[in-house]
Amino acid sequence: MYDKTVRRRRAVLGLLVACSLILLTAYFGESSGGALHGVQRGTSEILNPIQEGASRALKPVRDLFGWFGDTLSAKGDLKDARAERDSFRTNALELDRLKRDNQRLSDLLELDGALGLKEYAPETGRVIAQSPTVWYATIRINKGSSDGVRKGQPVINEQALIGKVTEVFSGSAQVTLITDTTSHVSALAGQRGIFGIVSPASAGNPSDLVMEFIPPRSRLNPGDRVSTRGTVSETDRLESVFPPGIPIGEITRIENAGTDTQEVHLRPYANLRSLEFVQVLTRPEGETT
Amino acid sequence: MTPLTPALLARLAALILVGVIVQTAMVSQLPIAGANADLAPLLVMSVGLLCGSLAGGSFGFGVGLVVDNALLQTLGVSSLVLLAVGYGAGRIREARDPEGTFVPLAVGAAATLIFSVGFALMHFLLGVDAPVSWALIRDTLTTLVINTLLALPVYAIVRRWLLPSLPDDPRRRRRRAYTTGGLSPLSRS
Repeated sequence: MYDKTVRRRRAVLGLLVACSLILLTAYFGESSGGALHGVQRGTSEILNPIQEGASRALKPVRDLFGWFGDTLSAKGDLKDARAERDSFRTNALELDRLKRDNQRLSDLLELDGALGLKEYAPETGRVIAQSPTVWYATIRINKGSSDGVRKGQPVINEQALIGKVTEVFSGSAQVTLITDTTSHVSALAGQRGIFGIVSPASAGNPSDLVMEFIPPRSRLNPGDRVSTRGTVSETDRLESVFPPGIPIGEITRIENAGTDTQEVHLRPYANLRSLEFVQVLTRPEGETT
Repeated sequence: MTPLTPALLARLAALILVGVIVQTAMVSQLPIAGANADLAPLLVMSVGLLCGSLAGGSFGFGVGLVVDNALLQTLGVSSLVLLAVGYGAGRIREARDPEGTFVPLAVGAAATLIFSVGFALMHFLLGVDAPVSWALIRDTLTTLVINTLLALPVYAIVRRWLLPSLPDDPRRRRRRAYTTGGLSPLSRS
């Protein structure tokens, strides 16, 4: 009886390990239009409405936790925080949420106006899910193909560029952030507009990007601003999916400055750990209809 | 070994669905000290400790599959690592039957560590050519601490949810024996 139980347990374990390895191998070997990717997209389509509903339903809980987190971190303002807690309570939480949403949306509109992004038909969406691991810097938003969102379109928040759309469903889309290890953005830095490619400095570090492929002996300084170039090379012929002039970040330090191997590190303007509303530029080429 | 009855399977399936949705829609969006909690290894560890290696391993495989599908990650990676976590937790229960209050805390920490390291190793094996940064290690350690703190409440919730479908929980059986006139080991000695 005991032997039978052990044999059964080992058989199931072996079967599940084999299933995992087969899935892994098949998934890695097929193209993005393959059967397993199709199954994954189908599952996502089913889960999206549930995730969106859950995201909305759990918003007060998130706000409550966020409120506690803010209070804990504001050690110096402990007395004020206590007084605030007593006076506001539940209604204040709701009011704070509405005000914060309003501010973020206003900031988004301001950024659109300041950068002339209205011609790119920005579509505002809410973040409904986020990857829990540091290996996938992705978010899910509640705008999809039915809202005009397409694969490859750039995504911004009220501060700066945050990434691009990498997967689209009917009512939602997956956005890969600029801190994902697969992300590369052509950019201009400093007043002279020096060309380079911005990518993450390392996995799991959302506050450090690196600018590479800078022309040899180009002079850049800490504090110089970096924005999207709008083309994928130094020439103007190949347009990038990212329109020109969208802020990315600010140079923080330069290693081996002035040499051929200089490494320019920058801090993104956008706080990628706290994303709530984003905008997809649904007409990145800026054409008029 | 706990038999996988239809009632238990239904409860485990519901737990997978609710767990993954709560993780992606709420817990992942709550940064604590720059990182966030990861419920998947805690849920799998809890099921392993409560139901044994077979149910733990299968549950880990299921959770991994749904997580990879829901987040469009490489299929099979989470399944493989969580399968090991669930099986390991189940074997601890079968081989040692630990009864200490803080066992889920220790096993939860170990499960999170195994999951984080295993997940990272799988990615390096699959060819992610990003360097390991201090931020990555710091985030992994922060998640480990948060998950350790969450291990007991998560275990308690999972236990409460699965209890009606667990026929032979040894602790319940012993407790029932004492309160219904049975001799406790102390009175026998």
